[in-house]
Amino acid sequence: MQADVFMQRNVSLERLTYYRNCYNVDGVVSVTYDPAESVDFTLFEEFTVDRRGFMKSAAGMLGGASLAGIAGCGGCGGSDANTIKIVSSLPRTGSAQGQTNTIVNGIKMAIDDYNGEVAGLKIDYTDMDDATAAAGKWEPTAEAANARKAVADEDVMVFIGPYNSGAAKVSMPILNEGGLLQISPACTWPGLTKKQEGDTSGEPEVYRPANRITFCRVCPTDDVQGPLSADYAKNVLKAKKVYILDDKELYGAGIAGLFEAQCKKIGLQVLGRQSIVPTQQTFSEIAGTVAGEKPDFVYFGGTTQTAAGRLIKDLRTARVACPIMVPDGCYEQAFLDSASAQDLENVYATIGGTDPSLLKGPGEEFVKKYKEKYQKDPEAYAVYGYEAGKVFLEAVKTVGKKDREAILKACLATKDFSAGAIGTWSFDADGDTTLQQLTISKIIDGKFVPQVSQNK
Amino acid sequence: MTPLLASDALAAFGQFALIGLISGLLYALIALGYTMVYGIVELINFAHGDLFMLGCMLALSFCYIFNARTEDDAGTTAAFMAIAVMLVAVPLFCAGLNLAVDRAVYKPLRNAPKLAPLVSAIGVSFIFMNIGLFWRGPTDITFPKLLLGETNLVAGSGLRFTSKDLMVVLVTLPTMLGLTLFVRYTSLGKAMRATAQNPTAAQLMGINVDRVIAATFAIGGALAGVASVVYGLYFNTVNYQMGFQNGLYAFTAAVLGGIGNIPGAVLGGIVIGLVKALGGAYIGAEWSEALIFGILIVILLFRPNGLLGARVREKV
Repeated sequence: MQADVFMQRNVSLERLTYYRNCYNVDGVVSVTYDPAESVDFTLFEEFTVDRRGFMKSAAGMLGGASLAGIAGCGGCGGSDANTIKIVSSLPRTGSAQGQTNTIVNGIKMAIDDYNGEVAGLKIDYTDMDDATAAAGKWEPTAEAANARKAVADEDVMVFIGPYNSGAAKVSMPILNEGGLLQISPACTWPGLTKKQEGDTSGEPEVYRPANRITFCRVCPTDDVQGPLSADYAKNVLKAKKVYILDDKELYGAGIAGLFEAQCKKIGLQVLGRQSIVPTQQTFSEIAGTVAGEKPDFVYFGGTTQTAAGRLIKDLRTARVACPIMVPDGCYEQAFLDSASAQDLENVYATIGGTDPSLLKGPGEEFVKKYKEKYQKDPEAYAVYGYEAGKVFLEAVKTVGKKDREAILKACLATKDFSAGAIGTWSFDADGDTTLQQLTISKIIDGKFVPQVSQNK
Repeated sequence: MTPLLASDALAAFGQFALIGLISGLLYALIALGYTMVYGIVELINFAHGDLFMLGCMLALSFCYIFNARTEDDAGTTAAFMAIAVMLVAVPLFCAGLNLAVDRAVYKPLRNAPKLAPLVSAIGVSFIFMNIGLFWRGPTDITFPKLLLGETNLVAGSGLRFTSKDLMVVLVTLPTMLGLTLFVRYTSLGKAMRATAQNPTAAQLMGINVDRVIAATFAIGGALAGVASVVYGLYFNTVNYQMGFQNGLYAFTAAVLGGIGNIPGAVLGGIVIGLVKALGGAYIGAEWSEALIFGILIVILLFRPNGLLGARVREKV
C-alpha cells in the first residue's frame, strides 16, 4: 500500500490543503487536516526528497492524507455541520454480494423511514466495499482502509459492518481507537465481544485498545448457533457419529469448535475434524477420508466464499449421503447456486436469527415493503441491516445533535428497543443483542425451507 | 448409506491411489502443453494454465447453448450434443488462442533474452485470468453433470471406480499415446524433434522452424482444451482461478518428470496426483502442497534434470 501511495505523491499534493495532526495505526501514518487552511508543501518535498530516513513516513503521511482527502471531499465544500454520514463496509464484490445487497437495501430502508433527515440533520450514506475482485471475498487491507477512512472523516457517525467476523478483527481496533460507533449486522463470532473458554489470544480486549466498547451487533452470535446445531443433529436427525470440517478462518473454525464442544457434551461421537484449504480446486481426498469413517452427520464450519459448495459436491461424489449442516455463512442464494440441487439434497443450514418468511408483526411489514421496493425476496440478513440502521438513527434522535461521542454512548445504552423489525431487545454490557434466536432450514429443491425456529 | 470403502486399510489405500491416478492423468494432460513448448522454444508458458481455464469456461457455454443445464439433462440428446461439440470446439479454440498468443506475443521476442518472453507469458496469464473474471464473475460455477457416471464398475471389490473415472482414462491415455506416436512417426513430429535438438541445423535442412513452433503451440493448446472438457465434466465446478492452481501442479509435474520430455510429463503428473491424494488422506490436506513441493526439491537435488530428463536426450 505504501508503495502505491508514494507514487501518487504529486496527485495528493494537489488535493491536500493542510495537515494538522498525524497518527500511526499499524505502521501506516494517516493525517487529518482542516481544508480551510493552507500548508507549505515544500516541507513534504524536503522529507521525501532529501531525507532517506523520512521517506517512508512522509510517503505514508501523504498517502493517508490523500485517503482522508477523498473521504473529506465526499460532499466537497468542506464539512457540513448539518449532515451526518453513515458508512457501511461489506463485501460488495464476489459471491457474498447477493447477501450484502440486501443488507445495504435494509440500511437504505431504515434511512427512508426518516425521510433522510433525523433531528434536523441530513443523512448521507456511503456504501463501501471490503472485498476485491481478485480475491472474490473480503480482504484485510480493504477493510482496514475503509475503517481509517471512516475515522478520518469527522462527519461519519457510524460504521455499519463488517459482514465477516475475520474482517471485524481488522476494523475493530482501528474504529475503537478512533472512538467511532461500529454496528455489525452479521458478525457472529462470539469472541469479538466476550471471552471464550480456553481462549489464549486475549479476546476481546485485543480489539479494544482504547479500553472501552465501541462495537455492538444486532445479530445473535454463534454460541447459540453451534451448540443448537449439535442438539438438532442428535435429537431430530438421530445422528450418532459426526465428522467435522472447517475452513480455518476465525468464523468457520470458531463455529466448528463450538459445535464440537457441544457434541462432546451431549455424547455425540466425533469421528474426526479436519481443515480444508479453500484455495484448492478439489477436495476428493478429504471426501474420501470422511466417507471411510462412515459418519451419519457432517458439519462444515465455513462460508460460501470458502468453498462450501465445492466441498459438498466432492463429499456427495465420494458417496457421503448423510445430512450435512452448514452455518449462516452459507445461508444465501450464492450457496444454493454453487452446487446442484441434487448435491444439496439433505443439506441443512442454520442462521442465528430468523428466516424472513417467519417474521411477524413489524417484521412481516418490513418484508412486504422490501418486496414492493426491490421486487425481490430479502435474504436472511436484510432485516439486520435495517435493524442496525434503525438503532443508530434512534440514538441520533435521542441525542439530537451531531456528536460522535454522545451518539456512541446513547446507542450502546439502547434498552428494550422495538422500533425495528425483529422484536424487542437490548444491548448487553458487551454490545451484544439480548435477542438470541436460531433457525434451522433444510434445502429442498434449491430453496431454504425453515424447519425449526427457536429462542434460547 | 451405501458403504463406500471396505473397512480394511488396504482398500482405503487403493481408493486414494485411484483418486490420485485419475487427477494425475488430468495434470499430465495439462503438463504436456508446458513440456512441449519448453522442449521447442525453451519458454515456460505460464499462460497455459489459464488457457485451460478459458477452455472450461467455453465448454460451459456449450452446455448453456444446448440447454443442458442440470443433472436431469444427463443422457438426453442435448447433453450428448453438448459434449460432442465441446470435445471438438474447445480444443480447436484453445489451439487457436495459443497460436494467436504465440504469434502476437512470443514470436516477436524469439531472439530477445530468455527473460522477456517469460515475463510476457506471466502477463498473458493475468490477462486470461481477468478475461475469465469478466466472463463468469468471481464465484464458483456449477458445471452440469452431463455424464451418467455414478455406477461402480468394480462393485464388490471394496473400491469405487465409476464410468466417470473410466471416461478420464479413456480420453487421456489415447490422447497421450497418440501424441507420442505423432511425435515419433509423422514428418511434422520428426521436424519437431529436430527443431528441439538444434533449430539452426533444422532450418539448414529445410525445416520451416516457425511453422514447427506454431504447430507445437497449437497442439499444446489443443491438449489443454481436451483437459478442460474432461475436467469440467469430471469435477463439475469451474471458476476463474482454477487455471492458476492446476497450472501450477501441471508445471511442477513437467519439471518433476524432466521438462521437455513427454513420458516424463505423464509420469510427473501421476506422481503429483498420487502425492496429493495420499498425502492429503494420510498426512492432512493442509500439507499436501508443502509435500508436493518438498518432494520436487528432493528429487531435483538428486536428479536435476527430473525423473526422466537425463535418460532421454531428445526433447519434445
